[in-house]
Amino acid sequence: MRGKYEIMINSTLKMLSGDLAAGKVSAEELAKQYLQRIDALNPQLNAFISLDHERTLAEARAADARRARGEAGVLTGVPLVHKDIFCQQGWKTSCGSRMLDNFVSPYDATVVERCAKAGLVTLGRANMDEFAMGSSNENSWYGAVKNPWDLTAIPGGSSGGSAAAVAARLAPVATATDTGGSIRQPASHCGVTGIKPTYGVVSRFGMVAFASSLDQGGPIAQTAEDCALMLNVMAGFDARDSTSLERAGEDYTRDLDQSLEGLRIGLPREYFAEGLSADVARVIDDAVAEFRKLGAEIVEISLPNTELSIPAYYVIAPAEASSNLSRFDGVRYGHRASEYRDLADMYEKSRAEGFGSEVKRRIMVGTYVLSHGYYDAYYLKAQKIRRLVSNDFQDAFRECDVILGPVAPTAAFNIGEKSGDQVQMYLSDIYTLSVNLAGLPGMSVPAGFDGQGRPVGLQIIGNYFAEAKMLNVAHRFQQVTDWHTRAPALSSD
Amino acid sequence: MKWEVVIGLEVHVQLSTVSKIFSGSSTAFGAEPNTQASVVELAFPGVLPVLNKAAVNKAIRLGLALNAHINRKNVFARKNYFYPDLPKGYQISQMDLPIVGPGTLTIQVGEEEKVIRVTRAHLEEDAGKSLHEDFHGATGIDLNRAGTPLLEVVSEPDMRSAEEAVAYARGLHTLVTWLGICDGNMQEGSFRVDANVSVRPFGQAEFGTRCEIKNLNSFRFLEAAINYEVERQIELIEDGGRVVQETRLYDPDRGETRSMRSKEDAHDYRYFPDPDLLPVVIPESEIEAVKADMPELPAAMKARFIADYGVSAYDGNLLTASRDIAGYFETLAKVSGQGKLAANWVNGELAAALNRDGLGIAQSPISAERLGGLIARIVDNTISSKIAKEVFEAMWQGSDSADAIIDAKGLRQITDSSAIEAIVDEVLAANQKSVEEFRAGKEKALNALVGQVMKASKGKANPAQAQDILKKKLGA
Repeated sequence: MRGKYEIMINSTLKMLSGDLAAGKVSAEELAKQYLQRIDALNPQLNAFISLDHERTLAEARAADARRARGEAGVLTGVPLVHKDIFCQQGWKTSCGSRMLDNFVSPYDATVVERCAKAGLVTLGRANMDEFAMGSSNENSWYGAVKNPWDLTAIPGGSSGGSAAAVAARLAPVATATDTGGSIRQPASHCGVTGIKPTYGVVSRFGMVAFASSLDQGGPIAQTAEDCALMLNVMAGFDARDSTSLERAGEDYTRDLDQSLEGLRIGLPREYFAEGLSADVARVIDDAVAEFRKLGAEIVEISLPNTELSIPAYYVIAPAEASSNLSRFDGVRYGHRASEYRDLADMYEKSRAEGFGSEVKRRIMVGTYVLSHGYYDAYYLKAQKIRRLVSNDFQDAFRECDVILGPVAPTAAFNIGEKSGDQVQMYLSDIYTLSVNLAGLPGMSVPAGFDGQGRPVGLQIIGNYFAEAKMLNVAHRFQQVTDWHTRAPALSSD
Repeated sequence: MKWEVVIGLEVHVQLSTVSKIFSGSSTAFGAEPNTQASVVELAFPGVLPVLNKAAVNKAIRLGLALNAHINRKNVFARKNYFYPDLPKGYQISQMDLPIVGPGTLTIQVGEEEKVIRVTRAHLEEDAGKSLHEDFHGATGIDLNRAGTPLLEVVSEPDMRSAEEAVAYARGLHTLVTWLGICDGNMQEGSFRVDANVSVRPFGQAEFGTRCEIKNLNSFRFLEAAINYEVERQIELIEDGGRVVQETRLYDPDRGETRSMRSKEDAHDYRYFPDPDLLPVVIPESEIEAVKADMPELPAAMKARFIADYGVSAYDGNLLTASRDIAGYFETLAKVSGQGKLAANWVNGELAAALNRDGLGIAQSPISAERLGGLIARIVDNTISSKIAKEVFEAMWQGSDSADAIIDAKGLRQITDSSAIEAIVDEVLAANQKSVEEFRAGKEKALNALVGQVMKASKGKANPAQAQDILKKKLGA
């Protein structure tokens, strides 16, 4: 059936899918080559928490058998990486935490189930900030992930392992989650494409909860087209998630090639104010110029409550997290302290040992804001701000079709640079948080580099269920630019 | 000083759904530990709750039966606290917007009726069980019960005695079993009562400091616990002490309440709306559908029994204690055409026999139709009420009809005047002393003579006839 097949460094899902269908390569051969590349390059990146070659190859052989039976789908045999937040039967699901270092899930998350049904092959489990709390991937029990473009830089977080793996071409696609920017910001910092869909489009069942009203799964890949193909697999109503939206399935690739002629692009004044680095501003300006050439109309808009989204988010997310993480008590699974005096001591020691400092900080903040006498001043007020932020977007979408802006104020910072200053770290989430508060879809698309050669992403924000439109905007941009095809040079290449 | 007792009750009604409130796991009682706990009850990472519509439907049923407001939009909230049998570290409950708003329940105390206000009823999930026996130096956790749907029904502090509290609890118990939303099994914990008890001097407007007595699982314990607690509080105050707000437990072996935790130890539950569950919005059509499916309620049926069958309010209350009792009574009243007599038999002889043998009325060895046959013989004077009890006992032991037993045992009442006269003559001859007393003006002596006639006839003489003949013979 085949001679020697070499994975092209920039093979997209689309290409791999075509090669598999044409019989140019088997799923097993493809998996072996990716595993080889992972074994060679991952030690310097630390993008994976778990690898299990035998399990991967068994999945690949099953995909080949399926193809032989004539039952293959578009992505059958294509390898992927799952963020370690999605429960997957037979795999350790640690969520980047010591707390779950010994936890092997007895069941599959809906996202994992859908990927398996499509025939995708699991290469491994991606590293992440502990319980998805962080913007730098420094908060992992398994150590920091390095940015493939510069090993001294952070890859972004919390889906840093997913973004780094795709950027380093250790996998053509990865699943990820976004609670306050955790898909878009690492995608931006690693020069790859990621989309966080409208809240409720991708099932949260089996996705370890951080902040339930904000969490949303989505893909990270090289191109918008690949993201669309993956979203076709991941999205859809799930009766096991009460917040899942009951709507007809859609083909996210359907509008990819639509013209952008007459598209109204909004630039929020507040996203280009003080705090935005000159490098990032330049990259966004250049991208805007490309869109003008594509026939889009640029309008200035205002999202006046943008700044308030930071305090609102850092009340709501920790509040929900403090409750969501209560189940990690050492009673039924997960870490339990080896010695304790009584029940309270067992709880305290198990949780003190099992959680890292950022997780503890957020549990304490969340517990505080929900406490008797503080609830109205913090939680309730934050919910009111949340409504204002949502209203801002609805006002803006009366004037434009999509919103463009930066993902983060700067390109990736250095490992260790902000880890001592949580407030600085939180402030860098300013352009991504409000999208989660409003439940809107958001994307990051590679758009250039800063002066140090670190990637910079362009954020696209759409109205509810505008994923196909956003993917269209991103795809057309990727037709006239090549940022998404650039790959980092890694030493053993 | 005269003291007034103030009581409010919180009742946990376990809803008899097939599956749990937030998962598809079975709710059946008594399975091997942890065999009815899925990853949802075990609170594994990533699992999510999905609301069981049947639980909502049952809550609406009770709400309508209490003439309560049904909140068209109600919200689940998380009640956060750590305990090993609470796997998520929070209980999903309702706080600000419960499914059932203010309503009322009318109770019967003696011949008096009283309206008790119901504050609210909210849906929540039950916790698992901690098992302290059988485990040396450790605690076992059984999560089979975790996630079982509960409806917590909260009353206003409208009750003024243990008797009223028991009447309310019984009334509510009747209603939930009547509606088929709860199996009512108190031993298995399907209906658990917490009582808030305080006392105040008569005439004082403000309430006294209350204590909450938790988890009372029988009406007898409820009554005993309240009475003990009232005495305790009054003694405490009269001795110059002060009642401290706290949670107490009733110890049925010692017949006393004990402090469990004080208000200072109370948790800050940090309630907030559960982001995993959207607000429950109940369409008008749903409420209409539940309404259309409602059975005739006990209060309406009681009123009808009083009007149609002439029973007393007191009997009416007993006859509507359950749908089975009410059904039995109504059949009996219809076949016999004797409402009051039917009520007396159901609440008297039948209730005593059922109670003696530990049976429910549905398991009664004597059907309403068969008992109707007995009542017919009382009405047509074939047997006296006294003999009827003997026949009833024979019917209870076997399956024969009243007539067959009466014939077989020769219990037919003697109404033949000449036969009774013969017995009367014998009695008069043998009881000269009574005859003399009667003639001397002692009216009571006549009763003694009637008793002798009944005795001599083995209870079969018609007592009224016997008395008439006696009087005639004595020239009275």
